[in-house]
Amino acid sequence: MSIQITLDGRPVSTQAGANLVDVAAEHGVYIPTLCYLKGKPCLGTCRICSVSVNGRIAAACTVSVSDGMIVAVDEPALADMRKALIEMLFIEGNHNCPSCEKSGRCDLQAVGYDVGMLVPRFPYRFTPHQREVGAERIWLERDRCIFCQRCVDYIHDQHSGQKIFTIKGRGSNARIEIDKTLADQMSAEQVREAAELCPVGCIIEKGVGFNRPIGERKFEIKSVRQRALEDDV
Amino acid sequence: MTNSHKKTLFSHDLPATPMDPALQASRDQKIKVAMIGLCGCWGCTLSLLDMDEALIGLLDKVTILRSSLTDIKRIRQRCAIGFIEGGVANEENIETLKEYREHCDILISVGACAIWGGVPAMRNEVELSSCLEEAYVDSITAVANAIPTIPYHEDIPRITTKVYPCHEVVKMDYFIPGCPPDGGTILKVLDDLVNGREFDLPTTMNRYD
Ligand code: SF4
Ligand code: SF4
Ligand code: SF4
Repeated sequence: MSIQITLDGRPVSTQAGANLVDVAAEHGVYIPTLCYLKGKPCLGTCRICSVSVNGRIAAACTVSVSDGMIVAVDEPALADMRKALIEMLFIEGNHNCPSCEKSGRCDLQAVGYDVGMLVPRFPYRFTPHQREVGAERIWLERDRCIFCQRCVDYIHDQHSGQKIFTIKGRGSNARIEIDKTLADQMSAEQVREAAELCPVGCIIEKGVGFNRPIGERKFEIKSVRQRALEDDV
Repeated sequence: MTNSHKKTLFSHDLPATPMDPALQASRDQKIKVAMIGLCGCWGCTLSLLDMDEALIGLLDKVTILRSSLTDIKRIRQRCAIGFIEGGVANEENIETLKEYREHCDILISVGACAIWGGVPAMRNEVELSSCLEEAYVDSITAVANAIPTIPYHEDIPRITTKVYPCHEVVKMDYFIPGCPPDGGTILKVLDDLVNGREFDLPTTMNRYD
């Protein structure tokens, strides 16, 4: 059903039930995301896509548009709130971009650039995290996990359908775990898929590291904003 | 840094040959710029010099009081724009940074080390004692049969328990991320400030690595 919403003060025609992140992108308004993947069930974990919907803050990826909805994205206070959320992710983990295999193709880093983060407003925490290197072809660099749950919900064992990645513990004790037996049965394609799916450099394919020269990496070729607006993720 | 040895002379206290008065007068007209390194690798300070010939154009307007060419850490005169490389990892860094802050109108953190500690801050995740033991006692490159010693002497600045970003020690005005940022990025910032424009680092120039 064709409906109308107001997007940053502009009337916009769209289809009822469409995802707000997609609708905004179709109309040239970029809403940053980290956990959301178009076409996959919404996770709503990272909150980076927070916008104002009918005067209330909501994670845009969890919103299905409906007639008369009033949405604000590009307001200074909202932009600053999203920036603060990004900054929290940076200080919660240990994000040493100069020594990270994901640098240049990392969604968190790319969104950090987009929101204009130069330095987080919060103090760095330097919490130690034990890395997990037990699986044959995958290692988990837990310093960088943002608990988006993409790997948990989108990667399953191809035979049993069981989860391969899980989050154990809660709050500051939460950590990403990998079922090593199932992980060692993953196909080469699935290992690559998992590594690419991870929006940060936590799931790393062993033996594949700094294989692209600086200047030719994913987000150096095209920014995260351009990719989202051109539907080219 | 205080020192009880009477004979010790620091580089910033060395007597200098008086400058030609005409040259001195022309320098006095210029905007004073400096770059000092704390706990970093020299990469960022080299990036300042990496402006190449663009630096020559700027020299009509600015004079550089401190850089990696002399590596003199202290500054005793008023400076308009101070760049800083490296984070704070020992007591001497704290003193240098505080004095630098007092003498600079604008102070800018350059690079990952100044902004969050960078590579040296990787030691923040372990105890200082185990870090020193790994480096000096259990090191695989330790000299065979030598008595393992963690260096300690009044001439060696005391190391801080953790590595700190500069802005956690003094107020920093601006930040230029990167490891190191390109010479062109530092040039853009310097050129804007020297010509009275606001600090503005475009998204396309911002890099964390
Ligand atoms: S995961 Fe991304 S943000 Fe974190 S260190 Fe790696 S490149 Fe940087
Ligand atoms: S490992 Fe990666 S994909 Fe999995 S929850 Fe952490 S950040 Fe998300
Ligand atoms: S930020 Fe990088 S280039 Fe600059 S001093 Fe630190 S390690 Fe060296």
